Amino acid sequence: MIPPQFEYYAPSSVDEAVALLRRFDGEAKVLAGGHSLIPLMKLRLAEPKALVDINRIPNLAYLREEDGYLWIGATTRTGDLLDSALLRKSYPILTDAAQEIADPLVRNLGTVGGNVCHGDPGNDLPACMLALGAVLSVAGPAGPREIAAAEFYRDTFVTALEPTEILTEVRIPKARSHQGNAYQKIEKRVGDFAIAGAAANLVVDAAGRVETAGIALTGVGPTVVHATAAAAALVGEVPSETHLANAARLAETATDPSGDLRGPVAYKRAMAGVLARRALERALARAKGGS
Amino acid sequence: MSAPVPGVKGGIGQPILRKEDARFVRGKGSYIDDFKFPGMLYLDIARSPYAHAKITSIRTDRALKVPGVLAVITGKDLEAAGLAWMPTLMSDKQMVLPTDTVMYQAQEVVAVVADSRYAAADGAAAVEVDYEPLPVVTDPFKAIEPGAPVIRTDRKEPSNHIWHWETGDRAATDRAFATAPVSVAQDLYIPRIHVSSMETCGCIAQMDPVSGRFTLWMTTQAPHAIRTVFALVTGLPEQNIRVISPDIGGGFGGKVPVYPGYVLASVASIKTGRPVKWIEDRSENLQADSFARDYHIHAEVAAERDGTVTALRVKTLADHGYTDAAANPSKFPAGLFHIITGSYPFAKAFVEVDAAYTNKPPGGIAYRCSFRVTEAVYTIERMMDILAHRLRVDPAELRLKNFIPPEAFPYRSALGWTYDSGNYGAALAKAMEIIDYAGLRREQAEKRRKGELMGIGISSFTEIVGAGPSATFDILGIKMFDSAEVRIHPTGKVLARFGTKSQGQGHETTYAQILAEELGIPADDIRVEEGDTDTAPYGLGTYASRSTPTAGAAAAVAARKIREKGRRIAAHLLEVSPDDVEWKDFAFRVKGVPTKSKTMQEVAFAAYTNHPAGVEAGLEAVDYYDPPNMTYPFGSYICVVDIDTETGQVKVRRFVAVDDCGTIINPMIVDGQIHGGLTMGFAPALLEEIQYDENGNVHGGSFMDYLVPTAVETPNWETAKTVTPSPHHPLGAKGVGESATVGAPPAIVNAVVDALQPYGVEHIDIPIHPWKVWQILHTKRGPAP
Amino acid sequence: MATSARPVAPAAAVTTAGAPISRIQVTVNGQPVVAEVEPRTLLVHFLREVLGLTGTHIGCDTSHCGACTVHLDGKPVKSCTVLAVQASGRQVRTVEGLEVDGKLSPVQEAFIEAHGLQCGFCTPGMMMTATALLARNPNPTDAETRDAIRGNLCRCTGYVNIVKAIRLAGQKMQSASSAPGGKP
Repeated sequence: MIPPQFEYYAPSSVDEAVALLRRFDGEAKVLAGGHSLIPLMKLRLAEPKALVDINRIPNLAYLREEDGYLWIGATTRTGDLLDSALLRKSYPILTDAAQEIADPLVRNLGTVGGNVCHGDPGNDLPACMLALGAVLSVAGPAGPREIAAAEFYRDTFVTALEPTEILTEVRIPKARSHQGNAYQKIEKRVGDFAIAGAAANLVVDAAGRVETAGIALTGVGPTVVHATAAAAALVGEVPSETHLANAARLAETATDPSGDLRGPVAYKRAMAGVLARRALERALARAKGGS
Repeated sequence: MSAPVPGVKGGIGQPILRKEDARFVRGKGSYIDDFKFPGMLYLDIARSPYAHAKITSIRTDRALKVPGVLAVITGKDLEAAGLAWMPTLMSDKQMVLPTDTVMYQAQEVVAVVADSRYAAADGAAAVEVDYEPLPVVTDPFKAIEPGAPVIRTDRKEPSNHIWHWETGDRAATDRAFATAPVSVAQDLYIPRIHVSSMETCGCIAQMDPVSGRFTLWMTTQAPHAIRTVFALVTGLPEQNIRVISPDIGGGFGGKVPVYPGYVLASVASIKTGRPVKWIEDRSENLQADSFARDYHIHAEVAAERDGTVTALRVKTLADHGYTDAAANPSKFPAGLFHIITGSYPFAKAFVEVDAAYTNKPPGGIAYRCSFRVTEAVYTIERMMDILAHRLRVDPAELRLKNFIPPEAFPYRSALGWTYDSGNYGAALAKAMEIIDYAGLRREQAEKRRKGELMGIGISSFTEIVGAGPSATFDILGIKMFDSAEVRIHPTGKVLARFGTKSQGQGHETTYAQILAEELGIPADDIRVEEGDTDTAPYGLGTYASRSTPTAGAAAAVAARKIREKGRRIAAHLLEVSPDDVEWKDFAFRVKGVPTKSKTMQEVAFAAYTNHPAGVEAGLEAVDYYDPPNMTYPFGSYICVVDIDTETGQVKVRRFVAVDDCGTIINPMIVDGQIHGGLTMGFAPALLEEIQYDENGNVHGGSFMDYLVPTAVETPNWETAKTVTPSPHHPLGAKGVGESATVGAPPAIVNAVVDALQPYGVEHIDIPIHPWKVWQILHTKRGPAP
Repeated sequence: MATSARPVAPAAAVTTAGAPISRIQVTVNGQPVVAEVEPRTLLVHFLREVLGLTGTHIGCDTSHCGACTVHLDGKPVKSCTVLAVQASGRQVRTVEGLEVDGKLSPVQEAFIEAHGLQCGFCTPGMMMTATALLARNPNPTDAETRDAIRGNLCRCTGYVNIVKAIRLAGQKMQSASSAPGGKP
């Protein structure tokens, strides 16, 4: 399988990259990790006129906690998430999710930005972004703008990102004490697309009462599913098994899966519920200081 | 005078390291895509998006304008040369390229030849074809209904029914069922799967227009047969055809058939006078190359009330795609499916198989198994569990009660096979002991009380490999012997060539060990070659676990011919009569005076420097081995699974495989074969399948959807052996490569079904996806509270 | 080993007439290489067809099988899903770079000794992944080893002996580094 011809550009700044995207007016694609794009091109399902390789732009790969946020640069490799002691300690949901992404070789090139903005409902990081309340920073011809993850995902492969824009970083509210989060996923085989996945983030007060909750689901709808009603049902509660089961049921009803090789609709929906409950249990245990 | 030799380095039974590994670990293997010749062109193929359609027009002008594209080939071009169709190995015919109708999705339509791989791909993408879709038939049951759209309008018979085949005594079997106190019946579907060797298929064809010499480097498991087929199809003189099968990156049966790409590259080379390379990509490999299985089976077992089995009746519909391109021996269109009585002495049995055309790619080849034996073993081993369930007896107990006893061998089965040797009870007892079967049953009972699901599954399979005796076994009329040619050079070093072709099995090592043992020459001094039809003796190739039973036997017999000649030379050197010399303890020795001896190396030197009068110079022999019978490896496997009651996910906790392949040549290699075979049994049981929707669109056409197991879910296989030599093989050896692929699936399915016993389940079709288990957990009535 | 840049002519096998061309400079197995390639040239084709390093294989085209695994700046990646231009200015190591001064690497030795290969097609990629794993974790558990090679498919071995081989290689490396005169 051979990709069609294209022009190749390796800009050294975001502005230069945006100018190139603008020049090709939607017919250029951003090349980051390339592990979704290049196979699509080899299958000739994508035939961009030009590729804008953002891997050579300095200072676009980082992972740091400051000013009340965790900042992750767009070309940070998903494998780097797995290696981060900070994430393992304070944002274990991202460690969980990174471990689920494809395989270690793919993670050495696949980027956080690509996983977040590709718009594939099977990607693992979008659910985490929704659960964590992340904000995505975007650069475009009209300058930089920010988009809440909650506003970003529109449909399969359709996001709020314009073809002339580049996702530059994500910022996630800094982890608080008594915060816990987790990502759970099942697949037919490791590295396959999810049957279903669930991301959960909980902040509780000293008494164990939920202050903030975020729940989102992978692979059970045309796009990542933001289970807001499920999360809302937990806020203000000291979650019991019944509360968690109820939230999981609400998460289940938010899904809109399609049947495929990974299972029929009823199964996927049920799995979304099971995984939401498991992710919540794990998140709650972590919020209470467990692992 | 030579000292007595206690053993020979690298002889039979030693776990010596493999000779072939030196090149492979350095990245210096020579696989087909590694070859590059001056002036070489590249061929790519435009394929059909439709499963069934009339071609209304083909436009190649855009393709021909792509820089680097030199030529295109269409079905009409081939038709003019009489090559639009070619024969299959089952005497059906298949299209090289269609002239008017495509019959499966991804079928080859136009070939594009260019001066680079990239230009050829661009050219193929620029080919424009207009189609007029035709009604698609993907369900073989619907395909053979009256009024179904006929796929193969080229045939005289206006039907999608290909053939009916039956064996056994129908009337006696029916009578046995009519009076049987107990009988069980079950529908079993074994879906399409694909061997997916890590290397796809490909070739380089080179016609030398001056000499008329045609060389074909090709990923083939059977180079000699290919040479003959090419000679017959193309009319090229066979002495001018040379087929070279280089290092092969896995075959498993998928590299036995002739695919259109091979023919197209050959035609392109003949047309251009330049070498032409064709390498398929993974999607082409999965979507268009031969599949395996696709058997819809209805099986019934009759038994006495005490569980003694009496009769077996099986009716099967085989989905062959648009042509029967299976690779079975000519007399057996359903392969060796009639080994289906398995390890049990059924007094009566009857099997019938009907084959149907559908709008799918052709095949019905193996998937690391001998001619439909997997289908047979799966059926009988599932049915034994269903019978055990119905009678409420332990499946191990039912098997032990019914096994053909060791003293009954050679055993003649109701369907006509003569099993050479077996000790089935010993293998099962060993597996039960290793895994602590009784302990597992206790644990299971405990878990069931707690609502946890754990299952234990057994498979006690009997294989049939080593095709085969010339009276019954041929492919397109060519008898299924195999061959060895052994030359001992003056310095006592050996060059040996074989008609088989290794694809990872380690022939270079195993054959050297056989010869080391038989000739008393260290394995390190023996060089093994295969795969070049100019140099190797004629043989039918490597598939169906036939290499050790046939070519391995040929090696032993050729070595013994050399020993016979050597005895006369040794007598000359020892100045005694040949009758006074015997081969003993790896040397020629004077009878009664064992210290008076000559080594094979000494004899070899003499064969070229000092051979006696009346004896030809040189020391070599050829043997074409026609096996007197098949070999019947067997084994017992026990699998333990745990099931997640919420998600339906199945985890194989332990898997113990006790195999008996007779005499073991290299225990390290045999274990490696079993590990691999088990994994290719695990894969279809839980993961792999190729599905088609009602429009004939393929699902599972790339590694995105076709789920080859990774190291994570593959169990940590535990292996053990019993040794029951074959009485008719010169070394007592049986084949082994495929035993585990054949034996593993029912053990896994039996374990899952066993876990779900509280839900009253008797069968789940493979692959057992988590959703199938979940559906049972959520629709069937669970265990009583 | 030569250290000066070795210019390489554009290879017909992977270059289409009239296509855009990029000039790249890659260090492959320690040797700098300069070449002109089409931007769409995949790294695996550059290695195999331009440099003749055919030990890196192609098994699936969709970044699932890992037969094409090479090291890019020390990290294992699937070279069928990397453009050659992306490797410009970087270090690439292939299976041909494992053997140093005629001595097999511990991973190569262990794959032979533990029968970690059969047809050999996945082996180079598998060994590149194993080499990178052991550089980070010379004593991986069975589960860690299996997880590390989850992106490398093998159809022959059932993985048992590959896992054994990798763990054996780890032991070899540890005993070599602790032995007197061994590598630090």
